[in-house]
Amino acid sequence: MARETYINAALTLALVLVPLWAWSTGQAYILTLCTKVAILALAGVGLNIALGLGGLVSFGHAAFFGIGGYAMGILASHAQIMDPIAEWPFLIEGTKSMPVIWLVAMLASAFAALLIGALSLRTSGVYFIMITLAFGQMLYYFTIGWPAYGGEDGLSIYVRNSFPGLNTLVPAQFLILAYVILGLALLFSARLARAPFGLALTAARQNADRVETVGITPFKLRLVAFVISGAITGLAGALFADLNRFISPTMFSWHTSGEIMIFVILGGVGRLYGPVAGAALFILLEHLLGGISDYWLIYVGALLLGVVLFARGGLIGTLAGREVAHG
Amino acid sequence: MAEIVLQTNGISKSFGALKASDNISLDLRAGEIHALIGPNGAGKSTLIKQIAGNMQPDNGTVQFLGRDVTALDTVARARLGLGRTFQISALAMEFTVLQNAVLGALGERGGVFRFFRPVMKDRALLERAREALKRVGLQDHAATRTAELSHGQRRQLEVAVALTLKPKAFLMDEPMAGLGAGGSKRLTGFLDGLRAEAPILLVEHDMDAVFALADRISVLVYGQVIATGTAAEIRSNAEVRRAYLGEEDAA
Amino acid sequence: MTFLLFAEQLLNGLQFGIMLFLMAAGLTLVFGVMGLINLAHGSLYMIGAFAAATVAGLTGSFLLALAASLAAAAVAGAVIEMTVIRRLYKRDHLDQVLATFALILILSEGTRWVFGSFPLYLDVPSYLSGPVTLPGGIQYPLYRLTIIVAGLIVAAGLFALIARTRIGIQIRAGEADREMIAALGVDISKLYTLVFALGAALAGLAGAMVGAIQSVQVGMGEPVLILAFVVIVIGGIGSIKGALVGSLLVGVTDTMGGVLLPRMFGLFMDASAATTVGASLSSMLIYILMAAVLIVRPSGLYGSA
Repeated sequence: MARETYINAALTLALVLVPLWAWSTGQAYILTLCTKVAILALAGVGLNIALGLGGLVSFGHAAFFGIGGYAMGILASHAQIMDPIAEWPFLIEGTKSMPVIWLVAMLASAFAALLIGALSLRTSGVYFIMITLAFGQMLYYFTIGWPAYGGEDGLSIYVRNSFPGLNTLVPAQFLILAYVILGLALLFSARLARAPFGLALTAARQNADRVETVGITPFKLRLVAFVISGAITGLAGALFADLNRFISPTMFSWHTSGEIMIFVILGGVGRLYGPVAGAALFILLEHLLGGISDYWLIYVGALLLGVVLFARGGLIGTLAGREVAHG
Repeated sequence: MAEIVLQTNGISKSFGALKASDNISLDLRAGEIHALIGPNGAGKSTLIKQIAGNMQPDNGTVQFLGRDVTALDTVARARLGLGRTFQISALAMEFTVLQNAVLGALGERGGVFRFFRPVMKDRALLERAREALKRVGLQDHAATRTAELSHGQRRQLEVAVALTLKPKAFLMDEPMAGLGAGGSKRLTGFLDGLRAEAPILLVEHDMDAVFALADRISVLVYGQVIATGTAAEIRSNAEVRRAYLGEEDAA
Repeated sequence: MTFLLFAEQLLNGLQFGIMLFLMAAGLTLVFGVMGLINLAHGSLYMIGAFAAATVAGLTGSFLLALAASLAAAAVAGAVIEMTVIRRLYKRDHLDQVLATFALILILSEGTRWVFGSFPLYLDVPSYLSGPVTLPGGIQYPLYRLTIIVAGLIVAAGLFALIARTRIGIQIRAGEADREMIAALGVDISKLYTLVFALGAALAGLAGAMVGAIQSVQVGMGEPVLILAFVVIVIGGIGSIKGALVGSLLVGVTDTMGGVLLPRMFGLFMDASAATTVGASLSSMLIYILMAAVLIVRPSGLYGSA
């Protein structure tokens, strides 16, 4: 426990010092990489609420990541060409304002999580994995076949969306924005894990009978967790789209789901900082190995296989010892 | 006669040709311990599941506190005040003992969907959880991880969690199983006092405990209740002797 | 829509369904017997197709290519089972998903390394190309018809294997009770390797046969894998019969939906809008089917739990 705190502190320090160094030496590319780490970690923080706390192995979180991305893409592209999204039954205009986009992204992905969760949480185990995967793919194929926002080719947004008081096109400012959101999400998920809801949700993961016997319905707990989880991953999707100024069906692909899950697992499932450590490690590997070989994913695969077979606590688990801190 | 708290009215449940519950009517009255005994395979687990709400009877009804609860699930019955303990401990094994007890107190109080205030700093919940742990003698193990408890201590914790629910009736499935002689005796003493708080429907294999505790005993054989009565009545019942001891000994 | 077009699309759906069955059968068998969810099943499909394309390129023989696909996928399956998969049987589903996802990354990128990113082509042999005329005057490609027939024969063989042979009895016993079958003196680890290799061979064969219609490329197994999951969810995990029924349902629904929906929307929309809406919706059709089955039967049509 104490050791995990030190590791978290060291990680935080690294995530602050690296960009500071990059900023002082004018390496904008490193700043962008750090922003990417923060955004992908945010997606992992979302998944970790379902997976780590709730034990819900969702292989379809790309659905929410993609919906967040497309919420941004649709709003911004309409604002870009000054064409309202809908005029009936009432006028809906596009927007370039990040807070509005984030709100829409979270609401839309929460709603999708509610629908997908209500269906797939009727099942458990392998069925749940396959069904979440299938619903994610459904949206993937839907966006490929839907020509309005670029279809298979995706859609570019030429200017990054705006945030009051900031110039988001300056890498350092966008980085700070992403960090603050990640920090808030981590704070929220730490509070959540210790709150009554977290206690009941983690209990339902360990023993659903117990939770029922004290008069709490596991299904409701899991559905709420799935919706919260989806909304956070959706927010990450909107930010990711803004980072790249581009959306495409790839955001919905099951490889995206797999990667979000890899962040959580590489870092350590159920650990507060797990997704941050995992995303940082993943981006570091992509950056280092990607320079050596075009086939760097082989090494990621081998590493993941090694972690699953031999180091089940992930990075933080291996460094901090096996004890997982709950509540 | 004391008021009836929990009652089954002619419930039946079949699995194919097997009649696991055959027209079972029994009741649990305020202030009593009603023990349910029977050989293995008599249908005790099936009956418990129908009373707790895990399983729907094919026929008949279950009444709790004067209300037909046949259509309600386990969660709803628990909320009405049916405190259950399991034969095989159903506890959150990664939690501390205290966390398990707090979970019970939380279930009773409600307000699960709160996302910000730390539950383990909630005074009211902690107080109730600690009190329940103290009553079963686990107060010194509050910070122990549940997985590290002995088999017997887990049974005590099961009872403690049921206590936090302030139930109107207890449904206990073999609480003595796995307890040593000393533990069994202590729990017997505890249950003895508990009946004044809420009546207990007790499924138990430990016959010493059953005959020491039970105000009434029902004997279940092949899905049927073949006798209900006081300890003395059951001891002398010919049909019970036949079921337990075999045909020839009964003569 | 004419009868002829309808019949042709129905046959296409059937052919697609049969190929899905070859994939789903292996997945569901492995899950039923070993309790393992294998995401890397699509990689075995890909390996089969690459082996076939390579051997066909070297020898020019389509039959040798098919044999190569079976052999390569079976061997790859056995090797993967013995090195990685058998460490996962006692793990939870999360570990299984992650480890087999890792295998996909390794196998896909490894294949790209060896064969490059450009697709390979596997040609339909001349004696199977061209159309045949079926009763009712339906013109249908001989190769696709061969796939249907070959797939049905394999399916029948699989059912016979499970119902009639010693191995089949062991497989069914293994589904029911692992300790029991081990106690009866069956070498359980050998049985598991065999079942996994059998499933892999079926996937490899499917990959080779489809490879001659589409192109052979890295990642070709993934869409099929996910459809096979949909099939299993619909049919019920562990049930071969469920896999067959589910495959045909998904195959026919997907194919017919792609043709019928745009026409249906064409009745009350202009043509281009109808094509767009119809195509988008038809891509979602099987998932809607899956959701509908889940609402009625959460454990699938033939699922037990």
